[in-house]
Amino acid sequence: MNPILECKSLTKRYSGFTALSNVDLTLERGRIVGLLGPNGSGKTTLIKLINGLLVPESGSIRIAGMEPGVETKKIVSYLPEKTYLADWMQVSQVIEFFQDFYENFDSKKAYAMLSDLRIDPKKRLKTLSKGTKEKVQLILVMSRKADLYCLDEPIGGVDPAARDYILNTIITNYNENATVLISTHLISDIEKVLDEVIFIKDGTVTLHSSVDDIRLKEGKSVDSLFREVFKC
Amino acid sequence: MQWNIDSERPVYIQLLEHIQANIISGNFKPGDKLPSVRDLAAEAGVNPNTMQRALTELERMELIYTNRTSGRYITSDIGVIKKLKERSAMNIIEEFLDKMKKIGFNEEEILELLTKALKEMRK
Repeated sequence: MNPILECKSLTKRYSGFTALSNVDLTLERGRIVGLLGPNGSGKTTLIKLINGLLVPESGSIRIAGMEPGVETKKIVSYLPEKTYLADWMQVSQVIEFFQDFYENFDSKKAYAMLSDLRIDPKKRLKTLSKGTKEKVQLILVMSRKADLYCLDEPIGGVDPAARDYILNTIITNYNENATVLISTHLISDIEKVLDEVIFIKDGTVTLHSSVDDIRLKEGKSVDSLFREVFKC
Repeated sequence: MQWNIDSERPVYIQLLEHIQANIISGNFKPGDKLPSVRDLAAEAGVNPNTMQRALTELERMELIYTNRTSGRYITSDIGVIKKLKERSAMNIIEEFLDKMKKIGFNEEEILELLTKALKEMRK
């Protein structure tokens, strides 16, 4: 099977500013990958390119061998950094919406997670707190049976207990054909869940390694290494 | 059993040590069936690939074995487990001796103190 993500000399500029420069990156299937870098380093740009929301300046990007488009959107489940759902909708209506949209959406799974996190499906989105809204979005994204999950800052706004639940959901959802790409600043919370990490700095990939290799070679956690590499 | 994963050392090594400790303490008995990789990973809060790596390593050490159709088991070979126990005991002793020497005791003094401590424990 071809790699789930393959980028070759991927470059993206925004009116003169280079957001991503010559990124070569291959992600295999069955991995949980952390995309780590300081603010403005290019994490969201990469994720948007994967999802076809941006078009590369030069270079190529392939998802399971395909260019981003309708076919890849079927197999990529994307959690954007900002919400895009209409806030007058009830949680149950959003679930119906997703059910209509995606063949691989499992509403039973979504309802099970809602009940685990004690979220009332009858509530309208606008009545939910910021953190609860984030949980709902993550539930929607994780309830699809996708090949690639792109989670842009999925745990930033939720409390530590819910964070644990979410990480547990990611682990138990794991299947050997699917890869999860998580961008985050909360490294210490998630590093034991990750197979590998990508460090991205000023639009270039500076490190792509397994978590245990980093611990073995450096004798420190990914979190400590990050603080060292990106020291201000 | 509580899985405590520290943040410095490779995760798979810590998982491996944790399972070894459970075999030594008798929490996992010879011939016991192990939970699935997925369940063990969820329980420890780690990546299933990392758990798989720890189990593969334990298999290489012949502490566990895989039955193709029914899963993974703790070895029934008491000899292997006994060796593991002894190795673990030696590690503790070496660490102890090392610490004692660092604070300035020679071998005779250590033996003397140890005998004394054992006597007092018996009382």
